[in-house]
Amino acid sequence: MSTKEWPLWEVFIRSKQGLNHKHVGSLRAPDAQLAIENARDVYTRRNEGISIWVIPSSEIVASDPDDSDSLFEPAASKVYRHPTFYDVPDGISHM
Amino acid sequence: MKETNLEALETAFQAKIDKDIRIEPKDWMPEEYRKTLIRQISQHAHSEIVGMLPEGNWITRAPNLRRKAVLLAKVQDEAGHGLYLYSAVETLGADREATIDDLHSGKAKYSSIFNYPTLSWADMGAIGWLVDGAAIMNQVPLCRCSYGPYARAMVRVCKEESFHQRQGFEIMSTLANGTPIQKALAQDALNRFWWPALMMFGPNDSDSPHSQQSMDWKIKRFSNDELRQTFVDVTVPQAEMIGLTIPDPDLKFNEETGHYEFGAINWDEFWEVVKGNGPCNADRIAARRNAKENGQWVREAAMAHEEKRKAKQAS
Repeated sequence: MSTKEWPLWEVFIRSKQGLNHKHVGSLRAPDAQLAIENARDVYTRRNEGISIWVIPSSEIVASDPDDSDSLFEPAASKVYRHPTFYDVPDGISHM
Repeated sequence: MKETNLEALETAFQAKIDKDIRIEPKDWMPEEYRKTLIRQISQHAHSEIVGMLPEGNWITRAPNLRRKAVLLAKVQDEAGHGLYLYSAVETLGADREATIDDLHSGKAKYSSIFNYPTLSWADMGAIGWLVDGAAIMNQVPLCRCSYGPYARAMVRVCKEESFHQRQGFEIMSTLANGTPIQKALAQDALNRFWWPALMMFGPNDSDSPHSQQSMDWKIKRFSNDELRQTFVDVTVPQAEMIGLTIPDPDLKFNEETGHYEFGAINWDEFWEVVKGNGPCNADRIAARRNAKENGQWVREAAMAHEEKRKAKQAS
């Protein structure tokens, strides 16, 4: 009874022109074409999208949550990267 | 050394939960949390899939084209909901096919409401109104569940399910305002589905041993009895509005508490159905098994086709 399972695909949908494709979930399909067709049935039954990307889940490389301190902590202390860090005298506009 | 490490991880995990920080697939989580979620989400997925059967029974006999299109769309949604949930359960490291095999072997459960037969068209009304109504009551708090992929799947499910309940109520309301025979059909469907719908919320809190841990982990946000009470409170006036009678002689409104008091639930019946002795348990599992076994050659052929194409491309 054990046969090879269809591979897992991650699905990304562009909801309308001008917006990024956004991850919406995953599904199983034997090939890319059927992955797109299945994604259309599973994730766009109510006009949620105008474009679909699918990618084999095994091709995704993700950061490790254990590394999140070393990856993202350095940005936390660099408040000078935000405009609110700077003093602008009253009366100055267009800045 | 290892013990203290585990303890520290568990403390940090609970602290995240307490701060309402969502848990994502690659984050550390206690084994029990993972197991609880795999059990709950896969059973939820099975319920969506098995739930297609009682309604699928009426697609070819819908009274008109509008009702047929609506019922088809609803059943297709249930398939989609099952798929969102199987995807969510895979993020926990569970094997999708293994969870499905557990359903077919009887090891995994699904909502026992789907083990009742759908005898008349009015049952499509009762299921949408009561069964989807109760499911929504259960699922809305799950949109805030601590496990990210489950919560996100639930947001989609809840958005889509609100039409399910309305179409059911519309069927009931149309029948209840129709000929005496139509009204009798609606009342009969309510009579048969009322109590099983109340059982959908699960055993009384005093008999639900795992509930507290699930509450602490914020998988569950309200207790079985709280949700059941809310369901009764909102549903009774809806029945009155369309002139149907809730089949419970003990039902009465308590002015002081602002809640309806209702009669005793037949838990023996509930446990019998859970154990597999409901009117349709065997049929439901047989239908699912047939679907999987009879579709196997199609799945194999599709995979073989893709492997052949890849091999051709490589050469």
